[in-house]
Amino acid sequence: MKAQKKPPAWPRDIYEVFKQVGIKQVAYVPDAGHTQLIKSCHADKRMKVISLTTEEEGVAMLAGAWLGGERGALLMQSSGVGNCINMLSIMQECRFPLLMIVTMRGEWGEFNPWQVAMGQGTPPVLVHAGVVVQRVDHADEVREHVFAAAQLTFNTSRPVALLISQRVIGFKDWSK
Amino acid sequence: MAAKKIKATLDRREVINQILKPRADSLLVTGLGSSCYDAAAAGDHPNTFYLWGGMGAAAMIGLGLALAQPKRQVLVITGDGEMLMALGALATIGTQGPPNLSIVVIDNELYSETGMQPTHTSRGVELAGVAKAAKFARTDTVYTQQQLKSWIPKLYTPAGPAFVAIKVNSNRYPMAIRLRDGAHIKNRFREALLGRSAFD
Repeated sequence: MKAQKKPPAWPRDIYEVFKQVGIKQVAYVPDAGHTQLIKSCHADKRMKVISLTTEEEGVAMLAGAWLGGERGALLMQSSGVGNCINMLSIMQECRFPLLMIVTMRGEWGEFNPWQVAMGQGTPPVLVHAGVVVQRVDHADEVREHVFAAAQLTFNTSRPVALLISQRVIGFKDWSK
Repeated sequence: MAAKKIKATLDRREVINQILKPRADSLLVTGLGSSCYDAAAAGDHPNTFYLWGGMGAAAMIGLGLALAQPKRQVLVITGDGEMLMALGALATIGTQGPPNLSIVVIDNELYSETGMQPTHTSRGVELAGVAKAAKFARTDTVYTQQQLKSWIPKLYTPAGPAFVAIKVNSNRYPMAIRLRDGAHIKNRFREALLGRSAFD
């Protein structure tokens, strides 16, 4: 019998930092890497958790949240970054804070060739869209990276994307 | 058989003037282009968030704002072209169901900023029908002054989400607004709404 794999701790770390920094609205397009975090957020009655049809909706929504005095976070996979580009111009022009937590594909151990183009394009595309890009490569550093990214975005009013390396998420086993 | 087309006679600026007259402490988000200019022409207000870009953003900004401020009425006024770019947002908003959000589409069936090209609403796509299918509580398409008059109080009643497409003629007006610095528009909005805590 296969040993039960212990769920990783880093998704819980992100959720706890969200609570610590007062995130009230969480918007997402699902990604396998964010499954646990999305579950934790949905289980929290004090968070408004919004499933989107496309990631750009979340950029606009969290601008509205900030106008109304609430902090938010936007969860997506790297493939969703490309969907956000023109909406990010609002963040830059208006200097809105935006905390994006992006789980990476198309890099460490990727099996799906179709993920590589947007995965490799994600960091430069974000930089050109005026987003501060930070990156975490090790699971035990996720908590401090999310906290630091939240401080930067909400205290300096600038969009920040934290890229969670595919190395943190782990290989997707496609052999079965 | 195609339905007989009703000729739009309402004037966009007149419509927006009437809608905004009773706004009181409601919060307003405009779409880019004529909706932005017309809302400004009706009277500038610190709790108007004017969009000059980010086509397709207006409705979702309205959602985030309505969720953050459940006790305030939130109005989005945008155009048919801008709304057509965000049909998925209608599904997101409809499933959230914020009662304090009303979306008004000033529907001239044209991309009027870019040379008056027809939009899909001119080809029979019915935005109110999309909103209804996306679970909006109240939806309608308005053609007449009488219909408009009966809709205005409903826009300020928290029994939504409400969606109304108002068919207007192709009249265009000069850009009345000079204010276009995004950071200023945002900070002014937050300060008026949140007071000193806007800068915490």
